[in-house]
Amino acid sequence: MSFINKLVNSRWFSPLALLAAWEAGSRLGLIPERTLAAPSAVAGTLFGMLVSGELPSNLAVSFGRVLTGLAIGVTFGVVFALIAGLSRKGEAAVDPLMQIKRTIPTLALTPLFIVWFGIGETPKIALIAFASMFPVYLNLYSGIRGVDLRLLEGARSFGLSRAEQVWHVILPGALPSLLVGLRYSLSIAILVLVVAEQINASAGLGYLINNARDFMRTDVIVVCLIVYAVLGLAADWLVRTIENRALVWRPSLVKA
Amino acid sequence: MDARLNLLNKPSVPAAEAEPPVVRLRHFTRRFGDNTILADLNLDIAPGEFVALLGRSGSGKTTLLRTLAGLDSTEGQDVTVPASRAVVFQDARLLPWKKVWRNVALGLKGKDVKARAVAALEEVGLDHRIDAWPLTLSGGEAQRVALARALVREPKLLLLDEPFAALDALTRIRMHRLVLDLWRAHKPAVLMVTHDVDEAVALADRILVLDEGRICAQDRIAIPRGERGELARPYREKFLQILEGSVRNDAVIPFPAGGAQ
Repeated sequence: MSFINKLVNSRWFSPLALLAAWEAGSRLGLIPERTLAAPSAVAGTLFGMLVSGELPSNLAVSFGRVLTGLAIGVTFGVVFALIAGLSRKGEAAVDPLMQIKRTIPTLALTPLFIVWFGIGETPKIALIAFASMFPVYLNLYSGIRGVDLRLLEGARSFGLSRAEQVWHVILPGALPSLLVGLRYSLSIAILVLVVAEQINASAGLGYLINNARDFMRTDVIVVCLIVYAVLGLAADWLVRTIENRALVWRPSLVKA
Repeated sequence: MDARLNLLNKPSVPAAEAEPPVVRLRHFTRRFGDNTILADLNLDIAPGEFVALLGRSGSGKTTLLRTLAGLDSTEGQDVTVPASRAVVFQDARLLPWKKVWRNVALGLKGKDVKARAVAALEEVGLDHRIDAWPLTLSGGEAQRVALARALVREPKLLLLDEPFAALDALTRIRMHRLVLDLWRAHKPAVLMVTHDVDEAVALADRILVLDEGRICAQDRIAIPRGERGELARPYREKFLQILEGSVRNDAVIPFPAGGAQ
């Protein structure tokens, strides 16, 4: 009795119940397989795709796209934020452009990027890079501008040069903001990946999904959705790990 | 009444100084827009002298300290301050992302930076918190780190900006002792900004009273520091009278003409 009580009160209960209902619906023929494959079928497909190497190899391709796009986007975001954050002239030059960029939804640029870069890897990576640049820029820029002026003044009173002030005070002070930006950038990168991969892909998760759609393989589609979710979780975990290492000085983490 | 106590009434005779002053301000004026914060201010601080600067909020104390700290531009004005100076702020202003000893070593150059920082921390009694994160320190500990950070530079001029105002009474008394010990050991000239008359009387060789941007009174306390217990009360009363203007004419000690001492 108490076990059932515990189960009903646990946060696992409703997802598990949904899963069970879904499985039962599939078995009883209420949910046709062409609409949605049964969870057991999905699990089987996942296992099969893992063993055959189909999933790992395509995942590696998608992962490579995200990583390349992110590397480019984050680099540009950081550079622009430093330019805008550390000098008034830089702010006047860079910030208006970034604000204009922000008003254009990245995905709306897809047709233009296809015209410019064709349908190979370049437009996919370019889209991810373009989208992931802004959160890093915005957060790091405001982080730099929000650095405690009293700390900066203290450093100045000890005769630190401008470069030393940037290195010892401004950048460490802006690091928490940068990591927040990085977290947004990661999730946006994965979001854009999903759409970008629909562009005539011959490998990657998007290719798998497109292929599965053509053959009405709902089990494969669900597997890919799960993989996207896992990618998102992994990205979040990555930033959390970086935060725990880089921000050990924060009291909440000191006490923990 | 103690004959050595002149209660700001008579112009105190400046001690004949063999060495040139470490701080020298002549007709120093500071304005923000139409607001004159400091007007025609003259100030000398001798090497190794402990000066307390008393004043109300908005009297220009902090502006004067910022000037001496080199945080505000002094272009075109007759200002001499030593190159080696250090500030202890009311909020310790430690960098939270640097461990305690790295805060002390901030901006130090040369060999044995860590050894010097650790030695300074030992001097303020914090050798057990060398690797602590600043945000885990108590207020008194943080202020001691700030003192170590200032003294490790062996400054000719140590500026204290209400350094103990945020501490509890007991910690404050202990900090007073520590500051005196450190001052005796290192002999920097000290300018301590405070609004606490007791603190000024307990620590300083000379008290300056700043009001409306002018030094409206000053006094040199000849009584040794251990025997000043009864001194704070008459000083406090006099200080209030000066600020209220009731005894202004006869109490104000004009700074020597042209500031020449």
